[in-house]
Amino acid sequence: MVVDQLRDADVDRLFQALADATRRDIVRRVTAGEYSVSGLAALYAMSFAAVQKHVAVLERASLVTKEKRGREQIVRGSHEGLQKACRLLDEYEAIWRQRAGRIADILAEG
Amino acid sequence: MPVISSTKNLEALSFTLVAEFDAGVDRVWQIWEDPRQLERWWGPPTWPATFEEFDFQPGGKAGYYMTGPEGEKAGGWWRFTAIEAPHKLEFDDGFADEAGAPNEAMGITHAAVDLEDLGGRTRMTVMSTFESEEQMEQMVQMGMEEGMREAAGQIDAVLAEHARA
Repeated sequence: MVVDQLRDADVDRLFQALADATRRDIVRRVTAGEYSVSGLAALYAMSFAAVQKHVAVLERASLVTKEKRGREQIVRGSHEGLQKACRLLDEYEAIWRQRAGRIADILAEG
Repeated sequence: MPVISSTKNLEALSFTLVAEFDAGVDRVWQIWEDPRQLERWWGPPTWPATFEEFDFQPGGKAGYYMTGPEGEKAGGWWRFTAIEAPHKLEFDDGFADEAGAPNEAMGITHAAVDLEDLGGRTRMTVMSTFESEEQMEQMVQMGMEEGMREAAGQIDAVLAEHARA
């Protein structure tokens, strides 16, 4: 199990950070490309401050990094090697589990 | 669920999935050999794959693109490196630009598929080997929408276990 390779405290932070649907959505978006905090805030029916708080939780879990650029705060998916690789392999696993499910559906048609 | 096991090897940047299906080896081989069947499962429902070229022989090339919910297209190519019907298939899997030209800079994933006859049923083993973490990331993004949804479900399940413990 991949999570065994992370320290318990890290795992707790990681799971707590990912336990929220908005935070999962933020991670998904910023892994695909950078966003400003205000850009993210425009996507959800919540205040700028609430989104900023979500980003801070993700930052503590090392899932994202935040950097000042002019007046904007830019959020990106974190490039911490091992943790990221774990996550990517997890996602790749999910892709293949879905594919196997679709193959089974096609085969069931006869 | 058809999936029996999945193994992640971080150091080797490889992933192995083992699944079993209620169908004979010849039938399971078809879902790889026939591009029209392949299109039905390679991409997630939100990013269906279209194979425009499919030269199914050792050394042959396949070209495909996946179409996203906003109409955006992500291109890819395969180069078949080994084909031994109906048990063994190996190919390199890479990215392509909008015109379908291979983009080698983004790295290549090698896939090795093995089909084993279990007396009417079939065990399929797929091993994917990545070149780099960056490339793994690109790979994941192409199949991400559905993948994340599933991953989120898994996280929820782990959390529920975590809460009970």
